[in-house]
Amino acid sequence: MSVIALTPLDLALAAALVVLLAGLSRRSKLGLEGRILVAAGRMTVQLLLIGLILRTIFAHVHLAWVVLIALGMLLAAGREVMARQQRRLRGWWGFGTGTGAMFVSSFAVTVFALSVIVGTEPWYAPQYAIPMLGMLLGNTMTGIALAMDRLTQTAWQQRAVIEQRLLLGENAHTAFGEMRRESMRTGMIPIVNAMAAAGIVSLPGMMTGQILAGSPPLEAVKYQIMIMFLIAAGTGFGVMLAISVTSRRLFDERDRLRLDVLR
Amino acid sequence: MSRLTVEALRYHGCGPIDFTIADGTCASLTGASGAGKTLLLRAIADLDPHDGRALLDDVPATALPASTWRRRVAMLPAESSWWYESVGEHFGIAGAAGAAPSTERLALLGFTPEVMAWAIARLSTGERQRLAILRLLAQSPHALLLDEPTANLDASNVTAVESLIATYRRDEHASVLWVTHDPEQRGRVASHHYRIEDGTVRAEPTP
Repeated sequence: MSVIALTPLDLALAAALVVLLAGLSRRSKLGLEGRILVAAGRMTVQLLLIGLILRTIFAHVHLAWVVLIALGMLLAAGREVMARQQRRLRGWWGFGTGTGAMFVSSFAVTVFALSVIVGTEPWYAPQYAIPMLGMLLGNTMTGIALAMDRLTQTAWQQRAVIEQRLLLGENAHTAFGEMRRESMRTGMIPIVNAMAAAGIVSLPGMMTGQILAGSPPLEAVKYQIMIMFLIAAGTGFGVMLAISVTSRRLFDERDRLRLDVLR
Repeated sequence: MSRLTVEALRYHGCGPIDFTIADGTCASLTGASGAGKTLLLRAIADLDPHDGRALLDDVPATALPASTWRRRVAMLPAESSWWYESVGEHFGIAGAAGAAPSTERLALLGFTPEVMAWAIARLSTGERQRLAILRLLAQSPHALLLDEPTANLDASNVTAVESLIATYRRDEHASVLWVTHDPEQRGRVASHHYRIEDGTVRAEPTP
């Protein structure tokens, strides 16, 4: 059993549905038709480009290419984490904290999975490395962005309480402890919920794709289970790291709350 | 012994500021809004970055962990914050030193021991302010930095707070820096008087 190849006509039929949606949007005065068409166009171009890139890389398996693509994905994810925060750390810390946390968690987990669990040959085989890194980065990105945004917002809004606790003789670690833990929970809850709902409410995309491509369902499910474990671990480690670094940065060596490190 | 000394203190364009409050005495501090009174207290409590130094009995703040310094040189902010559900949970938060206040001390400010079970949400502004003072004293500080401690209180509670602070100061030989706009209160509570103006602090005769 192998996948049925899609022809340009097939894609055009699917695209016709989106054009129909845009037309309906115009008739109902939703004002979304422009954005729908632009987004659909962007998606098409971006995915075709990545398809071409992947085809080239699969044809020329080389560590340098994989690393280059991985770094590009990491920087894009780091930029996204930064953009999703209303009040981020000033200077390089704003970009570096989220990006560094994703690098440590996603990259470490992916390399571990490739070399120890899946055992691909070579370990950086792009057919496995790039999709897995993509799934890990995408999920850790969401978790880290949520958690860091929550942390900096809370510090900003709860300044009076934090400083009151400092004035009563608590150290920064204690005075900020509950808020720090709450931010970590915020970052981890989505993946915990996704694990709980997997298979009942939603059929995860990766498994669906493998089944469509002709894999036996149980093989696809085993891969999905592994990926969910990796994502949960990667997100959790990344969130904890990003929050520890950020909350340390929010206080100075005399346990003063330094909101001037935020912008 | 709890002599509070401020040496060449500079913060936010104010200073250098120098003064000493002997143990067991109270100094009043006044000045226009925005002159930097609250910022001065925050700098002494080491809550804001500053140059110069503050010392308690010749021990500089930097010689102690910041949390220890703030327990000893305790600042009462103009507006208190409460974050747990009940009053009692806010007492003794930073170690064993801050147990619940004695019945006499509670009674002096018009409370019974049951107040410890009250919900924060039902407290009035004045009750919060009086409880914030009790919470501060429960940490057994050596020096007090009070930012308009009676601003939201009625006349009888103003008297009660003034007498509670005076008793604490005498019994514990504590030094007190009391920010107030009220000239009569300055005369009642303090033996030394300071005014902050144009970024400097200078001594004044009794108002």
